Amino acid sequence: MKKISVPLDAKQIQSLKAGDEVLLTGDLFTARDQAHKRLIAAKKLPLDLKGQVIYYCGPTNTPKGEVIGSCGPTTSSRMDGYTARLLRKGLSAMIGKGRRSKEVRLAIKKHKAVYFLAYAGCGALVSKYVRKVVPVAYQDLGPEAIVRLEVKDLPLIVAIDSKGKDIYEA
Amino acid sequence: MKVIPALKITKVITDLCVQANLFLRKDVLAAIQKAYRLEKSQRAKRILAAVIENARVAKKEKLAICQDTGMPIVFLEIGQDVRITGSLKDAVNRGVELGYKKASLRNSIIREPLARGKSGLSPAVTHIDIVKGNKIKITVLPKGFGCENKSQLKMFNPTAKLEEIKKFIIDAVKAAGPDACPPYVVGVGIGGTADYACLLAKKALLRKLGPARSGMERELLRRINALNIGPMGLGGKATCIGVHIETFPTHIAGLPVAVNISCHALRSATAII
Repeated sequence: MKKISVPLDAKQIQSLKAGDEVLLTGDLFTARDQAHKRLIAAKKLPLDLKGQVIYYCGPTNTPKGEVIGSCGPTTSSRMDGYTARLLRKGLSAMIGKGRRSKEVRLAIKKHKAVYFLAYAGCGALVSKYVRKVVPVAYQDLGPEAIVRLEVKDLPLIVAIDSKGKDIYEA
Repeated sequence: MKVIPALKITKVITDLCVQANLFLRKDVLAAIQKAYRLEKSQRAKRILAAVIENARVAKKEKLAICQDTGMPIVFLEIGQDVRITGSLKDAVNRGVELGYKKASLRNSIIREPLARGKSGLSPAVTHIDIVKGNKIKITVLPKGFGCENKSQLKMFNPTAKLEEIKKFIIDAVKAAGPDACPPYVVGVGIGGTADYACLLAKKALLRKLGPARSGMERELLRRINALNIGPMGLGGKATCIGVHIETFPTHIAGLPVAVNISCHALRSATAII
């Protein structure tokens, strides 16, 4: 299986085709509903989104002795209304589950970004690919805080590629 | 009159919360394994293999099956010959809090639905039935919201054709599409009132997966699996591993039909005290 790593350069992103299965290594930033709402409203972003990957995920609490708790993807479409604005700020990839809106698909194409699916409903399994967790912002949001996850060989499926091709529209 | 202290109820609910969230129901796992065997698409097979592996990892490492440990729903069937000492409501919520804390589950519950704010572990949504006898049957169903968000209710005319109802149920699954973690279990409540049909649909998820109980269940299962939604919505035979229909008497003027979809991580645990 093809291996890719963050930061994803333009060449790497453009080589990905909807339907490809890949293993991703590098840093991801978790963000879901409330974090998106804040990112959009923020005068100054708590992190530079340029070239970064957002993972739509709200992990469980961390059991003793584990790096992280269960941490699978949440439904991406709830973030659709915010996505184009984050792509404009330089975000290069998103990981989640399920379909995206047409607006998101077009924005992904315009900004030559990519949307991946992670194995849905497999949070225990996904946690095994996480090597390190670092809090980044909005800790008061609990499971919805932004944290940086260092992942190794996380299995993903390319759902919308940089040409705007969508696995769900095939 | 049998006396059951509220503390006992707390203890049992604590254990049920842990059990439900960490150990996938045997019937659910068996249904997914069967779906894996029947699946032809290699990608669908890989996804189902991941779902099976996920259940194994969760059990072995005491991790939540899914990070969405749900809104805890507690069903209580209380025998009329039982007297509970202490506050039942507090006992239930305390049990949920202790169980969710013990297994490091997720703080998914916010106190104010509009103002939102900081999330916590409780309260649970509690449904109480008074039944005969001197026991209490307790079931905990942690319901994730990826699939709960796909719930539907329709108040049909009493003269509605059966096919319209079937189509409504199938369309609810179509609307959920890839987003709510298929293969699904589809709970259907028919009859009662608007609220009661929704409760029946939810309760239908508690039924053990197995052979269809009616021609209608069998037909719906077949038609839903012909939609080719498949695991993660990427195509395949396994869109649904069970359609459960519960009915109740209703009013001459109406025909409520509710659909409550569960993701493949259908979690619940039951105990009797």
